[in-house]
Amino acid sequence: MKVAEPLIKPVITAGTVQQKVNASLARRHRKERVFKSFGLAAVLASLALVLILFINIFSKGLPAFWQSAITLDIYFDPQVVNISEKPVQAANESDNAFRQRDIEWQTEVGFINFNRLITDSLEKVLPDARQHRRDLQRIVTSGERFALRDMVVQDPGIIGQTRTLHLLTDANIDVWLKGNIDRSLPDAMQQLSPKMREWVQQLSEQGLIQNRFSFALFMNADSRSSLASAGLAGAFMGSLYMMLVVIVLAVPMGVAAAIYLEEFAPKNRFTDFVEVNINNLAAVPSIVFGLLGASVFIGWFNLPMSAPIVGGLVLSLMTLPTVIIATRSTLKAIPPSIRQAALGLGASKMQAIFHHVLPLAIPGILTGAILGVAQALGEAAPLLLIGMKSFVASVPGSPFDQSTALPVQIFLWQGNELRNFFEARTSAAIIVLLALMISLNALAIWLRKKYEKRW
Amino acid sequence: MTLNNLTKLVLASAVALSFSTVAQTSGRDTIQVAGSSTVLPFSSVAAEEFGNNFAQFKTPVVGSGGSSGGLRQFCQGVGTSTIDIANSSRPIRPAEVEACKANGVNQIVEVKIGYDGIVFASRIDAGDFKLEPKHVFLAQAAQVPQNGKMVANPYTRWSQIDKSLPDQAILLAIPGSNHGTREVYEEKVVVPGCQSFAEVKALSKDDAGKFCLAMRTDGRVVEIAGDYTETLARLQAQKDAVGVFGLSFYEANRDRIKVATVSGVVPTLDSIIAGEYPVSRPLFFYVKGEHIGVVPGLQQFAEYFVSDAASGFGSPLEAAGLIPLADGERAEILKNIRAKKTL
Repeated sequence: MKVAEPLIKPVITAGTVQQKVNASLARRHRKERVFKSFGLAAVLASLALVLILFINIFSKGLPAFWQSAITLDIYFDPQVVNISEKPVQAANESDNAFRQRDIEWQTEVGFINFNRLITDSLEKVLPDARQHRRDLQRIVTSGERFALRDMVVQDPGIIGQTRTLHLLTDANIDVWLKGNIDRSLPDAMQQLSPKMREWVQQLSEQGLIQNRFSFALFMNADSRSSLASAGLAGAFMGSLYMMLVVIVLAVPMGVAAAIYLEEFAPKNRFTDFVEVNINNLAAVPSIVFGLLGASVFIGWFNLPMSAPIVGGLVLSLMTLPTVIIATRSTLKAIPPSIRQAALGLGASKMQAIFHHVLPLAIPGILTGAILGVAQALGEAAPLLLIGMKSFVASVPGSPFDQSTALPVQIFLWQGNELRNFFEARTSAAIIVLLALMISLNALAIWLRKKYEKRW
Repeated sequence: MTLNNLTKLVLASAVALSFSTVAQTSGRDTIQVAGSSTVLPFSSVAAEEFGNNFAQFKTPVVGSGGSSGGLRQFCQGVGTSTIDIANSSRPIRPAEVEACKANGVNQIVEVKIGYDGIVFASRIDAGDFKLEPKHVFLAQAAQVPQNGKMVANPYTRWSQIDKSLPDQAILLAIPGSNHGTREVYEEKVVVPGCQSFAEVKALSKDDAGKFCLAMRTDGRVVEIAGDYTETLARLQAQKDAVGVFGLSFYEANRDRIKVATVSGVVPTLDSIIAGEYPVSRPLFFYVKGEHIGVVPGLQQFAEYFVSDAASGFGSPLEAAGLIPLADGERAEILKNIRAKKTL
């Protein structure tokens, strides 16, 4: 380039600047457009991926919230349900003796063949039922006989009466009616026998078999002997207990640690070291916490395997750094003038923090805690290592009872051998988990918006 | 201030929880089972039925982890933090009994629950397979005998192994070594197939054993560590794949996969009971004798599992795909449980 001579200043008129700017303008605008379109493309691509995921899950999972049920008039035939009187605790009877009698009575009820009630009722609507006893047994899912038993146990007065009940059909009937199996396949590849398919056709034309909202999905624990009645209640309660443990342990501990580190701790090498390690802890893969839980909580402290208490402890460890980091950044964001004003008016440091700083920080702390809990709720990997991927057929009554968790239940159903039925069921479980996560996140956002203060 | 009350409440509940933690550590009233994923569905059904039929006991909890994984947990020792029952799709090995004894587990009660077939299956839109043990060996071996010499496995398509097999690429999905199914697969298919060659018979016993089980490493044999669903997913992704499944898994997914005959026999319940289908095996569970009488219901659960009501013909377990024991066997096994006959 030519160097301008020192004494003769280059003549820059408005016109030449204009020209230069005009010349570069197109190029600069193009660059901006390219960058903007890349950005937009990235946003659209990620949105499209999320959309595909959601469409996939919802199209598979939503139909599983309804499942086929058969409407039957069940006559609690006294000839079949032939049991002694339900025991009532006498005034002078000890609790233990009564429990013993009650269990004996329940065992007696357990020997009753409640399937008879179902097949008797089916015989009334299916004229040719008697010739195909084996097929007849398979129409209603096997777990419903326990539902009938429970009705009798609760109220023995029902014996001799007729009740109209909606009973869940076998999982394969649901699969057939929803078209989740190719109906044109030859008999040898079908799950339902030709006779059953004929019956199902007839019963659904009569309106006896209908798609009804699946309360089983929410009210029942997992099941393998009666696949149609497998539900999420056990896993939900397991997750709930774990979240309680996390809220009770990780949140107060994390908040206390953060307040100490942020407000009280001297700035020295030791606190720097602690800070670095908390950040490291936040980056530890969750499965490592599972290994730790298995060896420490189960191995050393002899806590029960597959119990929500252990899961909760492991998830607490995992959530702790999240809570500490969130709380510290909230405390940092509170202007020092608040503290100074309080101190200037004679408050002690403790009073300044607990009376003035902390109340202002609560929304931020809550947001951090909720996000931490939501993260813990969706975590499956550490739970697999502490025995929570076991099959548990009952709803846990306390954090010490064996249980699964929602994300693990998804994993378990994904592995169930009746793919035609459980592919939809798995997606339904995913929808439930997603709904919980989204509502927790929404709660966090709402809290932040409502109590947020700008300085 | 409300904050103080809140803090107090939270702290109080934290303390209460930690106390209850300490208080709860002793004793367990739920039977804990783990092990083979082949036995898992049967064990789960039995557990559920047991829980529903015995009001006084809790429903046992059933975990997976493979036969070896389950037996390893089983042999970790005696006490409430160890499992009570290990499911296994193969008999316990002497080394595992040793490991158990070293950790104080001396009373191992073996319970046979029934039989299961192992099937080779492919996608319904893939070719029909009529397999012989020899074919499977040739498909998976690292080296194969040819004209008196051992050469690196040259086969890439099934039709190269035998004209009768479909013209599709070799891709075999077999269970990982944590599964008991793997051992049966090797013992009943690979080794017999391998031993049919004169060249192998000429080898010493150790050399032949090593030679037969050496697998090719060019990616045509995939070991599946997870459940059969994972094998099924592999088949769904790759049309040519042939997978190893349990008969009951195949029965539940007949619309997606079709079975191969082995030595000309179609795997069915009947052909397995009759002993015609070569790849079948007994299924077991092992009860920790030390826990009988400590964990409530353990003995009753073991007895219930092998009772005719739970696992005989027309029972829930048969419906789930288990091949029932013969009546004589059943009586013998029940007697062993009652007498706590240990290994």
